[in-house]
Amino acid sequence: MDQASDGAVAPQILDVSGVSVSLSGRRILDHVSFTVGAGQFTGLIGPNGAGKTTLLRVILGLQRPTDGQVTIQGRPRSHRNQSIGYVPQKVLLDPDMPLRARDLVALGLDGHRFGIRLRSKERNQAVREMLHAVDADRFADARVGNLSGGEQQRVLIAHALISRPKLLLLDEPLANLDIRSGQEIISLLARIAREQQIAVLLSAHEMNPLLPVMDHVVYLAAGRAASGPTAEVIRAEVLSSLYGHHVDVLHVRGRVLVVAGPASGEGADLTADHAVEAG
Amino acid sequence: MHKLYTWVFEPGFFSNAPVHVAALIGGVVAVVSAVVGVFTVIRGQSFGGHALGDVSAAGGSGALLIGLNPLLGFVGLGIAGGGVMDMIGVRRVRGRDLATGIVLGAAIGLSALFLYLDSTAGATTGATQQILFGSIFTIPSATIPFVAIFSVISLASITAGWRPLLLSTVSTDIAAARGVPVRLVGLLYMLALAVSVGLSSLAVGAILSTALLIGPAAAALRLTRRVGWALAVAGLIGVGATWLGILLAYDSYYWGSGHQGLPVSFFIVAVIFTTYLLSGLPPRASRRGAAPPGLTRQRGAALPGARSEERGTSDEGRGKAAR
Repeated sequence: MDQASDGAVAPQILDVSGVSVSLSGRRILDHVSFTVGAGQFTGLIGPNGAGKTTLLRVILGLQRPTDGQVTIQGRPRSHRNQSIGYVPQKVLLDPDMPLRARDLVALGLDGHRFGIRLRSKERNQAVREMLHAVDADRFADARVGNLSGGEQQRVLIAHALISRPKLLLLDEPLANLDIRSGQEIISLLARIAREQQIAVLLSAHEMNPLLPVMDHVVYLAAGRAASGPTAEVIRAEVLSSLYGHHVDVLHVRGRVLVVAGPASGEGADLTADHAVEAG
Repeated sequence: MHKLYTWVFEPGFFSNAPVHVAALIGGVVAVVSAVVGVFTVIRGQSFGGHALGDVSAAGGSGALLIGLNPLLGFVGLGIAGGGVMDMIGVRRVRGRDLATGIVLGAAIGLSALFLYLDSTAGATTGATQQILFGSIFTIPSATIPFVAIFSVISLASITAGWRPLLLSTVSTDIAAARGVPVRLVGLLYMLALAVSVGLSSLAVGAILSTALLIGPAAAALRLTRRVGWALAVAGLIGVGATWLGILLAYDSYYWGSGHQGLPVSFFIVAVIFTTYLLSGLPPRASRRGAAPPGLTRQRGAALPGARSEERGTSDEGRGKAAR
């Protein structure tokens, strides 16, 4: 069954199917399903508290779903999955940390192994190439704790990519960056996804910075998800049914605004939207 | 010349057996403390290390009471204390404070009891001084094999956990996602810490063990950018401070006319503290200081040597890749 869909466009890397998570009686995720293909840049969009981080943790195997399953390249995810690169939301790199950018990237190759590492030309070469790929050779020898937020993001992305994963997950990588650094990181990720055929899944509460590169979107609201090509998902009908109340999607000079509709008198509209989507 | 020599090294320093034992044990313990100390500082568990020192005090004074070698008490109860701290939740940042505080309080209470019994029941009135502040010149040479075994255990734990320890220090989430058994790695580190604190309790006393653990490591981290170098520099500072402290304490016997030697631990800790203050002087240290975030690029630019060198090698790497 997978082979059929594989052949279609891009080979399918990630398949999230019917994932639900309840934590202490609260429903965090409610039957979330979507797929991500190789080379695709997918935005995981949703307001704060929508369940984005929980979803990423389920994909990583750090959180056990109450229901549903995650398959990666057609196989159920195992705990030691080398095919996922991960850049978490908060990495506090203290200035005291005696690691240069290149040391942190090297830990992406073998940081999970016990024992000390022996010198290796191949490894040093791989680290140099990775630092170059994320345009970080300038500060390769600086302490990671002394780098700016954008520079640290590049190093963490290199760290996540050096083990050649098929899937790269990033949790709110733009949260603490200024606009320009954010744009640089996004175009870097889009280039990597395209060139190395890596599936990128990136969470953000604000979709506009991602619009130029985002082919697909997983829109999460109140634990439920709508997914597909960006233009098909970011529509008033789809998002209204997701939120459970009417929202408008406004296009303003290439940017998109999702705005809550009037509080009352929209009941008829809502049912109409449901009908449209069901059809 | 000879006069200066005898002024620096008072008569008999090099032929004195207790000095030999002290220098050997002190040197080994300083190296172990430095290695474990670097990981303690970057993991932010200095306070936990201090709490384990207090646990060691209870262990050491308890061991004296039943006639055991104090080192066995230092290390034995230290490991138990580390286990309890892990159970209470030393892994979580919030739980860490709590675990440390609770274990520390219980340990000092036990020490109060044991030390009281030591000094009333036994004839050893020096027990309090020995356990809390160390007495490196009175360590029997029979302790050396124990020191060797414990040093190997501590260094082996750190060596085994080296990369996962670093990775989980950077981010436990990344480490866990890569399949690192984060809990096990934390326990391995706790074992190394407990054993090393027990060892430095022997050298400089349970209360001062933190100074030997944290001081050299903190100074080294101000001076170096790489873990390997930090370990080497911390080891040098620790051994240097210990040996210098031993020499000063030995010489202090000849200072003035009272012929009363001053405690070694005071000198060792004084040298470590002075070194830490001095390590803040080189300009590189100011790079890490309180400059606003916006200045990070300029701060990075303060490393022209390292940078241009790197550019050279990476160009070379690029060339190779192109070919």
